[in-house]
This record gives sequence, C-alpha cells and structure tokens, in this order.
Amino acid sequence: MTRLVYDGSFEGFLTCVFEIYERRLQLAEIVRATLFQPLLEEEVLRIAAAANKAERVWSGLKRKISRESRNDVFKTFLSELPDMERHLLEFIGNAFQSPESVEKDFSNRATLYVSQTARKVHREKHRMEAFVRFQRTSDDIYYASIEPDFNVLPLIIKHFKDRYADQHWIIYDRKRAYGIRYHHDSGAVEEIQIKFEENLTGTFLPESAVAEEEPHYQQLWQQYFSSVNISPRKNTKLHVRHVPLRYWRYLTEKRNK
Amino acid sequence: MFCLVDAILQAFEAVMVWERVQEKLSILSDAAKYDVSCASSGSNRKNTNKGLGNSSGSGICHTYTEDGRCVSLLKILLTNYCIYDCLYCVSRKSNDIKRAGFTVQEVVDLTIGFYRRNYIEGLFLSSGIFKNPDYTMERLVRVAKKLRTEHRFNGYIHLKTIPGCSEELMKEAALYADRLSVNIELPSEQSLKSLAPEKKRADIIKPMKYLSENIQRFSHERKLIGNAPSFAPAGQSTQMVIGASPENDLQIMSIANALYKTYQLKRVYYSGFVPISNDNRLPKLGTPVPIIRENRLYQADWLLRFYKFSLKEIINEKFPQLDLDIDPKLSWALRNLDQFPVDINKADYEMILRIPGVGVSSALKIVHARKFRTLGWDELKRFGLAYSRAKHFIVCKDLHSMPRDLHEEKLRQAILGQSKYAKSLSPQFSLFA
Repeated sequence: MTRLVYDGSFEGFLTCVFEIYERRLQLAEIVRATLFQPLLEEEVLRIAAAANKAERVWSGLKRKISRESRNDVFKTFLSELPDMERHLLEFIGNAFQSPESVEKDFSNRATLYVSQTARKVHREKHRMEAFVRFQRTSDDIYYASIEPDFNVLPLIIKHFKDRYADQHWIIYDRKRAYGIRYHHDSGAVEEIQIKFEENLTGTFLPESAVAEEEPHYQQLWQQYFSSVNISPRKNTKLHVRHVPLRYWRYLTEKRNK
Repeated sequence: MFCLVDAILQAFEAVMVWERVQEKLSILSDAAKYDVSCASSGSNRKNTNKGLGNSSGSGICHTYTEDGRCVSLLKILLTNYCIYDCLYCVSRKSNDIKRAGFTVQEVVDLTIGFYRRNYIEGLFLSSGIFKNPDYTMERLVRVAKKLRTEHRFNGYIHLKTIPGCSEELMKEAALYADRLSVNIELPSEQSLKSLAPEKKRADIIKPMKYLSENIQRFSHERKLIGNAPSFAPAGQSTQMVIGASPENDLQIMSIANALYKTYQLKRVYYSGFVPISNDNRLPKLGTPVPIIRENRLYQADWLLRFYKFSLKEIINEKFPQLDLDIDPKLSWALRNLDQFPVDINKADYEMILRIPGVGVSSALKIVHARKFRTLGWDELKRFGLAYSRAKHFIVCKDLHSMPRDLHEEKLRQAILGQSKYAKSLSPQFSLFA
C-alpha cells in the first residue's frame, strides 16, 4: 500500500491522482496532511500540489463526464469527509476506464457516494445562501459569520456576488478561519483572514462596531419573525427540521432566544 | 446647553420613529400572514445594472415560522383599514382590531433594509381596500415602481391585485412585479355571496383572465424580441380558503384544475381556515385548523402538476373527498391494484413515478441506473425510496418471488400499521374524534 499525502487543496488532491496513474500504483490511498498518521510498513509519498498535473487530470475528466458530474466531484471534495478521497479516486478511476460515462451508474458504490455526498454539500450551500445574516458595520461593511458543516464558501461566492453587487460585504467561516470579501468598486471577491480579539467569539458584532440603524433592523426582523407565526398551527418538529438547531446561533431571528 | 437638549430630543425622536415602524410591522405582518403564498420562484431577473439583488430559479426560504412555513418574502399589508366586510378575514371592517398603515417610503425602506441583510428574497405586498380599489392599487404600484427605478432593486416583488381596479393599473403593476395574484377566496360563488357579499366572482375572474392573456402575449413577444418589457414574468397565483364553507374536495380540486388549465396559473394555494370570530356562518372559534386536509389538497395538486395524474384519477364523483389517513397517490394505487406490481427494470418512467413511496428523484435514478445493470432491492434501498410502502407495489431482481397480498383493505391496514403512519396520525386522529 502506498499512501500519498497532500496539503488539503483540490489541486493537491488532483495532483495525487495524477501521480497514481503516472507511477502506475496498484494499491494507493490519498490522505490529506491533517489526517495523516504514519503507520509501519508502508510507503509514504509527500505530494506537492502542481497546477499542470492537476489540470491534466481535470481536462481528462472533461472528456469523460459532464460538467454537472465534475461539479459533483468538486462538491464531494469540499465535504471534507474522512473517506471522500477514497471514493473520489475510485469514481475517477471508473470514469477513466469506462468507454461511456459512469456518472449515472447509481448502483455503483462510488457513483452513488459522489452523487449523494455532492447533494449533501449542495444542500449546505443552499442553506448558507438562506441563513447568512449580514450586520452592517459602522464603516458600511455588511458582515456575516458562519460555521458551515462543509467547506462551502467557494460555492456561494457567485450567488452573493451577483446579488449584492453594490455592497461591500464579508462572509467569514469561523470554523475554517477564512472568509470571502467583496467590494463593489473592484467588483472582485478575495479570500481574507481576520484576527479577532479574544472576546469576539460570538456571531454578532458588539453594538460599538455596528451602524446606528443595525440594532433597529435586527429588532424589526425579530418582530416580523414572531408576527408571521400562526400559533394554532404551531409545529416545532417541522420548524426544527427546516431550521436545524445548529444554525440558530447565527440567525438574527433566534438571537437572545 | 441647548445643543445638548436638541441632541437628546433628536435621539429620542429617532427611537420613537423606529418604535412606530415596529408597531406597524407587527400589525400589518400579522394581518398578512393568512395569505399562504411565500414563493419567490419562477422569475429570472438578473442584476445587470450593478444594482441590488436578483431573483432566479427556485427561490430561497430564508427561515421558517414556528409553524413550519417558509419565510421567503417580507409579506405585509400596506394597510389593514378596509371598506369591505368579508366574514373570513381578520381585517374586515366590522372587526374591532388595531388599524395601521405604512407610507410608501416605509415599505421601501423596510424591503431594502431586510434585503441587504439577506433576510428576504423580496416583497409580497397586499392591502386592505381603503377609499376604493384604484386608490389602493395605485399605492401598491408606487411601492414597486420606487423599488425598481429609484433603488435599482432586482429582488422579487409579488403584488396582490385588488379586485375591481383598472386594467391600466394592473398593467403597470405587471411591468414592475414578478408575480401578481388575485385571490379566488372561496371555492364557490354561493359561499362568496354569503361570506364576502361585496366581492363578486366576476371581479375576481376578470383580472385573472386579463393577466393570463397578457402574460402569454408578453412572454411570446419576449421570445421574439429579447428586450421587450417583461410582464409578471413569474406568472400569477391564487388562494382559496378551505374549511370556511361546505364545498368538498372534488369541487375544490376541480376549480384548481380549471384555473391551471384555463388561465395557466403558476400556483393555487389552499389555506386551511383559522377560526377568527363567533359568527354562526363560520366554524366556531376553537375549531381545529384543517391541517391534514390542506396537506392532502397540496399533495393532490402536486400529483396534477408533477406526477402526470389527471384530475379524475385522483378524485371523482365516486371518491369526492380525499382520504385523510393516507396520501392521494397511495389512495389511487389501492384503488387501482390491477396496475401493480410494477417491474422497475422495465416499466416506463411515468409508471415508476406512480409507485407509492417513489418520488421524482428516485424515479429518475431508477431509469438511469437500470441501463447499467438489472436493479435489485439493495440498490433501490440506497436510492432513498420508501421501502415500507414501495415494497408492496414493486417487482425487481430480488422481489420477483415474494408472495404479495394485493387486496385493498389488507394492504391499507398493513401500511397504516407501519410506524410512520402510526406516529404521524395518532395525534391527528384524536383531533377529529
């Protein structure tokens, strides 16, 4: 068994796939560095991400599977699930070997895994598009912090960029300690890292940091949320199924509740 | 010194303004919540002018109420003052409640303020009728116009069409809004007469017809000339109050079906009546909201629109009421056992879609996957279809020889005895007992 260790990037992962084919490794496993634990009696290859090698694998896939299915590969990767590399490697292997597209072969385990995992990640992406709550800061930045189950920031950039094209906004993933920032002047999105003061642990910014109108809008939204409820129809189970508890802490309507 | 007093007074006034808006919001969102539509789908308005917002495809539910309904739009009345006295409506003239009215600017500010914070997909604006229909409609249109032109707002706008307003106003509304709706209110003309004496069926049907014709015409023109103006690009919808009047499900579904066919409505909403007064022409206060019935109507509606069922198959003179215990698809299957079991490795897509426990996504998975190899039970289970229901109706690689009991009453009992139904139905049974 050969284990290929990479830096955790998608490019790094594709580079590993390239190396496995290049070196004709029969029994190989791809492991991200953060999960790597050395075992005895095995060969370990440290693989550095290489754009040209990754690109070759990716364009090879272009010939074999549809754009939709390639998106599924990327989404599965963003799931960060511990066994996703193994399934992706198998799926990509199947795709390269088969003369026809394997992406709809749902009774194949790797295909089903990729399709189902991509769906989970997609659902989380959709949730973030719904649950992000911006707070307007005193310097006119719309700021939101999130802690998604999967690494979905790369997937939501387009949605927020298209929608809030005339705003200056930041969405920050507190779990993965990075964020995306858009400025309406440049029209571009950049990746950022913020050093938070130690007392700034929660989702919501302190009143000193937000615009004067901000607390009022938060209160109006809370008012709206409670007014639209029809109490004879109360259905907590259904409510929690749609708005799972783990997201409550960054929802304005659930603040202080 | 004076400066300080001024500043304090100013701050105080500012707080008062916010509090006043909050009070209005509480009254006017509370009054609007019985309109069940919250869809923000079906439009495709791109943010091309580097303005604010867009709306595309399926829409987003930004949160859910504690009763489990999607919150996608800021849904409010412009005012709950009303000259009409419709019995089933909280805002009726004779009802002793707090009244309020927003200014056009207040609605615009709320919409923009909420939208920029990613609370909503847009605005759903309706209103009580004050002075006359045109006066009211003119103000609704002004809100939409201001949002679109002054704020370059490309988010979703749904306007209620006030019955009896002029065609010019309706047309102007359609140029700014994504969706318009005219509520049919009650399932029959008699009920409308007795419960909403000032509203006439004709005043409701006429605007629907006008909208339907123009939506078609403009959408056709847009296909020919790309930059022709859009006219309510997300179409029109309507709503019926269920359980306030004596109509049966057959009457209700027949109307819905006719509306879909004749006026190409995008959605018909069914709103289970929430008792609000002690008038003896209505269900008494404390009568439970017909939540299950409403749910069955939506399921039947889905079968019409997405599962290729015809109205007659779901409901007819012989079965004029939807079964409350089981969903209408299962109910149809039990009445048509001669069409089962279905061989999922051979049957066409339409038939697979009709198997109880199989939804659109698992049906698609089945027809794709079976091209690679014959499917057995293990594969089917992993596709996510509901085993306990589907197994009675399916033939596949491993389920050929299983003896099955295709007797309606026995099957019904077997399925009802399964945990899912037992759990979800027990509290509801006691409601109706």
